[in-house]
Amino acid sequence: MSSLSYFISRLLQIIPTFLIVMVIIFLLVRALPGDPAIAMADAKATAEQLEQIRERLGLHEPIWVQFAYFVKNVFTGNLGDSILMKAPVTEVILERLPASGFLALYAVLFSLLIAGPLAFVAALNRNGWIDVGIRSVFQIGLSTPVFYIGLLLLTFLAAQMRWFPVGGYGTTFWEHMYHLLLPALTVALYTSAIIMRNLRSSVIEVMDAEYVQFARAKGLPEHVILGRHILRNALISTVTLLGLSIGNLMSGTLVTETVFAVPGVGRLMLDAIFARDYPLIQGLTLTFAVLVSLIFLLTDMIQAMLDPRLRVS
Amino acid sequence: MLENAHITSAHPRILDVKNLSTSFDVAGKQLKAVDNVSFHLNQGEVLGIVGESGSGKSITLRSIIGLSRRYGEVTGEVNWQGENLVAMLERDLRKVRGKDIAMIFQEPMSSLNPLLTVGLQIGENLVEHTSLDKPGRRRRSIELLEMVGIPDAENRLNDYPHQFSGGMRQRVMIAIALASNPKLLLADEPTTALDVTIQKQILKLILDLSKDLGMAVILVTHDLGVAAQTCDRLAVMYGGKLVETGATREVLRAPKHRYTMGLLQSVPENIEPRTPLFSLPGTPPSLMNLPLGCAFAPRCAHSVADCAEKKPPLIGEQHQVACFNPTNSGEATKGVA
Repeated sequence: MSSLSYFISRLLQIIPTFLIVMVIIFLLVRALPGDPAIAMADAKATAEQLEQIRERLGLHEPIWVQFAYFVKNVFTGNLGDSILMKAPVTEVILERLPASGFLALYAVLFSLLIAGPLAFVAALNRNGWIDVGIRSVFQIGLSTPVFYIGLLLLTFLAAQMRWFPVGGYGTTFWEHMYHLLLPALTVALYTSAIIMRNLRSSVIEVMDAEYVQFARAKGLPEHVILGRHILRNALISTVTLLGLSIGNLMSGTLVTETVFAVPGVGRLMLDAIFARDYPLIQGLTLTFAVLVSLIFLLTDMIQAMLDPRLRVS
Repeated sequence: MLENAHITSAHPRILDVKNLSTSFDVAGKQLKAVDNVSFHLNQGEVLGIVGESGSGKSITLRSIIGLSRRYGEVTGEVNWQGENLVAMLERDLRKVRGKDIAMIFQEPMSSLNPLLTVGLQIGENLVEHTSLDKPGRRRRSIELLEMVGIPDAENRLNDYPHQFSGGMRQRVMIAIALASNPKLLLADEPTTALDVTIQKQILKLILDLSKDLGMAVILVTHDLGVAAQTCDRLAVMYGGKLVETGATREVLRAPKHRYTMGLLQSVPENIEPRTPLFSLPGTPPSLMNLPLGCAFAPRCAHSVADCAEKKPPLIGEQHQVACFNPTNSGEATKGVA
């Protein structure tokens, strides 16, 4: 029962988070220089016409009334129209979200597949040449900018060898897998380096823990000790890090999506900023904030599943 | 308790440790944590290994069942049921660990896996060492928890370690260790992390179980009071070596080694309030930098010429001592408890 109430209370915590995010976004947009009425009207508009536009936008209302409208609009999915795309912001974002989501999940999958086994191999051969080798390679990955790795992959594997497309997203699932392989790999090289380092050190820490010694003293086979006693305990801190890096990934894909011409929200954000498309920027910021909160919520849930000590509300 | 009682056929010798040494490689230097230690244990007997922190008592215990192997080099013999555990393959040794020889640790807090239920942590032992099916393992787990005095055992199987108090956790650890009826229990400071009242309960539990199940116990402790109350025989360690062994009563009533005597004198007993306690001068030697001769010589007020140059051998029949200038029987000191 206590775990259920933990989940519910954690779920409720997300409400104030969203409220704060909305306040910040609302104020940020209003703090931007320039008059929206002037931006919307044409150059020859009279003062009277400007006043009409202001009235239509509700700009003469007190600020809390404006905020109430904003909250109501957000919850009804009405985020205004994008200046750049000439379409409702919600529609534009929903159209671009799947590609980014696909890329993010793909990258996480790659990171785990790369980092997980290598972290264990490195930890079990602590300070041996295998460990040093693995760590050095990842050190290179960690200290090279994401876009540079992306460009290298693009130049050699896509442009020269022609094994992969140089951009796009495709239409079917397998086309997505094929088109996004290089971008996902690019993002994963960086993320997996962080995860590998963290997992390696927590495996080493857990390996010397008294409960692992006790498990060994119980005569358990090594695979049980590794899987049941070491892996689960080592994963706890890595899950947090993974959650944080997926949050980071949302912005990390901004560069990758640009390099690989993936039609995702990262690239959309970049375009919106260059075009000063305020409604779109506002909508995207809100989307990112909601996604990151949901990912953190998911992280906490997974952690509570792994660690019974956290299930106390 | 008569010394000879242990050697009769009713109490056969079950463990014979010969010249056990364990050394670790620390920053390119050999650190000898256990140096040529020999002792034996009879069936159902409780042996206490006493000494200060860093004297090698814990590593001795861990070397017996090969837990030290992963970290250093273990040589010598540990003879158990006709086999030398030191030479045994890890695969075969695993069948001895947790089955015939079980071990409990000092910190019940950190020695139980925080993520697994108590039921699972007992059960995994039973999976490994018995042929019980799932309901059978459950029944046995409940029985074990009841045996170590955990109330409402059936409902507590699904609880996690953090839901138990310190003393209860230590009971759980004992239940896990006893899962497959071991013939020898290695107890590494099992009461050090507990309150004094709980300490007494746990010690009594271990002694009762030892008696009921005919299980021998090696109890490692730095607390002479605990050792005096529990052990049939004592082995005193200093600087990785055994310096004195014998029946508990003999060792406490007439200690032969100057170190044992110093330890006894620093136990508070029948003294006026606010009297300074006796404390041994100096500190225990670093294992990285042991003196050429007797490790205790630099702190000893009675050292002779040989002490600085040669290591004294452990000599004697029932009551053994490793000292060139042991106390005479006339120099008796007060006993403990």
